[in-house]
Amino acid sequence: MATARTRRSALPGFGITLGFTLAYLGLIVLIPLSATFIRAAGMDWGSFWAAVTSPRVLAAYRLSFGASLAAGAVNMVFGLIVAWVLTRYPFPGRRVVDALVDLPFALPTAVAGIALTSIYAPNGWIGRWLAPLGFPVAFTRLGVFVALTFIGLPFVVRTLQPVIQELQPEMEESAASLGATRWQTFRRVLLPELVPPLLTGFALAFARALGEYGSVVFISGNMPMRTEIVPLLIITKLEQYDYSGATAIAVVMLVSSFLLLLLINLLQKWSRRFQAV
Amino acid sequence: MPAAVASPLTTAGSRNPLPRASRDAAWVRWTLTAVALVFLAFFLALPLAAVFAEGLRRGVAAYFASFRDTDALAAIRLTLLTAAIAVPANAVFGVAAAWAIAKFPFRGKSLLITLIDLPFAVSPVIAGLVYVLIFGANGWFGSWLIDHDVRIIFAVPGIIIATTFVTFPFVARELIPLMQAQGNDEEYAAATLGASGWQTFWRVTLPNIKWGLLYGIILCNARAMGEFGAVSVVSGHIRGETDTLPLHVEILYNEYNFVGSFAVASLLTLLALVTLVLKTIVEWRHAASRSAST
Repeated sequence: MATARTRRSALPGFGITLGFTLAYLGLIVLIPLSATFIRAAGMDWGSFWAAVTSPRVLAAYRLSFGASLAAGAVNMVFGLIVAWVLTRYPFPGRRVVDALVDLPFALPTAVAGIALTSIYAPNGWIGRWLAPLGFPVAFTRLGVFVALTFIGLPFVVRTLQPVIQELQPEMEESAASLGATRWQTFRRVLLPELVPPLLTGFALAFARALGEYGSVVFISGNMPMRTEIVPLLIITKLEQYDYSGATAIAVVMLVSSFLLLLLINLLQKWSRRFQAV
Repeated sequence: MPAAVASPLTTAGSRNPLPRASRDAAWVRWTLTAVALVFLAFFLALPLAAVFAEGLRRGVAAYFASFRDTDALAAIRLTLLTAAIAVPANAVFGVAAAWAIAKFPFRGKSLLITLIDLPFAVSPVIAGLVYVLIFGANGWFGSWLIDHDVRIIFAVPGIIIATTFVTFPFVARELIPLMQAQGNDEEYAAATLGASGWQTFWRVTLPNIKWGLLYGIILCNARAMGEFGAVSVVSGHIRGETDTLPLHVEILYNEYNFVGSFAVASLLTLLALVTLVLKTIVEWRHAASRSAST
């Protein structure tokens, strides 16, 4: 096979489309993103370290990472059930329900935020039942978790669905003919196939939850040290004209996001190898 | 939606009735279906209903009065303007990027695809922040912009640029796998028959990718009109001037004007529902055109 340099394609437009792609990508995404790293590089190490490890920032990391992990874990369980039901069991209205799963992608996050807040507020549809039981949701960390669960759900479902669809029925048949119960078949034969997409969906939901802002700020109450998420802290610093502080926190979040992106790419490679076998 | 949720357009498979060994017992089926539906009812249907219930709490007249407000109308106009610039820009980019990536071999292709997906991995708040660092009063071009009396941050251009950033990958990531899967044969045939590059694109490539392109544009538009975090950072929240619909929802909500806030929110919710319907139709059409061509 000839290399890219020596082979001339019969199709025109390579230079102009690639040139435009790189220029647009550079102008809109890469140069602006590099601005945060350049700005952070201008800080001395001591003040950078102080900015990203102050108690208030650490509390925000703990909340953002903790609530995102918890929401991702809950979505793994319920996302698996939803994906399984939507792929395997026909029931009336299934297509409508299936389309509705994408609602968190389509609904503006601010709308999701005020809607969830009104439901879980102490006088809301669900909040009025939970608050007397000692589970106030709105304006607590639980509220952050609820919003992030909403946002993350489609990632797990949509990553699992195609894999469940492609599961070979022969595997289940041979397991059954060898005497496995349905539960054993699921545990030993099907679940191992579903682990890579489950982890991928979890990582995607987690990555989205880490950066999520709109759906969380209404329901969280935004109390420093208690219910303040990292993206909100960045905005607070900006409003106080503490640009260096905001940039330093942003760099930590960007590096976390890039590492997650790398992990997701590896997970997907692993996932595909699994399917190819 | 960030990187790597596979598009239904490229993963559509055929459905055969399941063999007996793959069927679950009736009680398992019923229990799991009930659990799934209750979970979705709590997390999806209830918020949807809440938006309309809260918007209509004071009656239909109060609901519709919320839209006659001049600030609300200005917010609608700004949201439409933003989408009218950001969506076509990203659609043209998506087509160009997909053409270069799918039709030609070159080094660093997978790195380029990863970089195109990058905005999905970045928090919207950081997407706003980067433009403040560049165009803000003490950013890279801050003093130059002030000298020439150009406002980008806390003005409309900033909102449009930040929206372009967060909606950047939508069209490209639909088209790249689609065009890679379709291959170059039809384009080669057109070129052999003497078609120019443009003719090949308009007559051969575009009809093949139209559903994927439309799908990407629908998703891109929904996000462009609904973006909150990135726009919130660069907007400055000037009522009637730099206030998009989602920001207007927030302003009204923080003023305890809940009916007005939820009324405007219901408009965005309708947009989301229309998006889901269009998306589903495009998925069906695409599946139909695929099974017709094979």
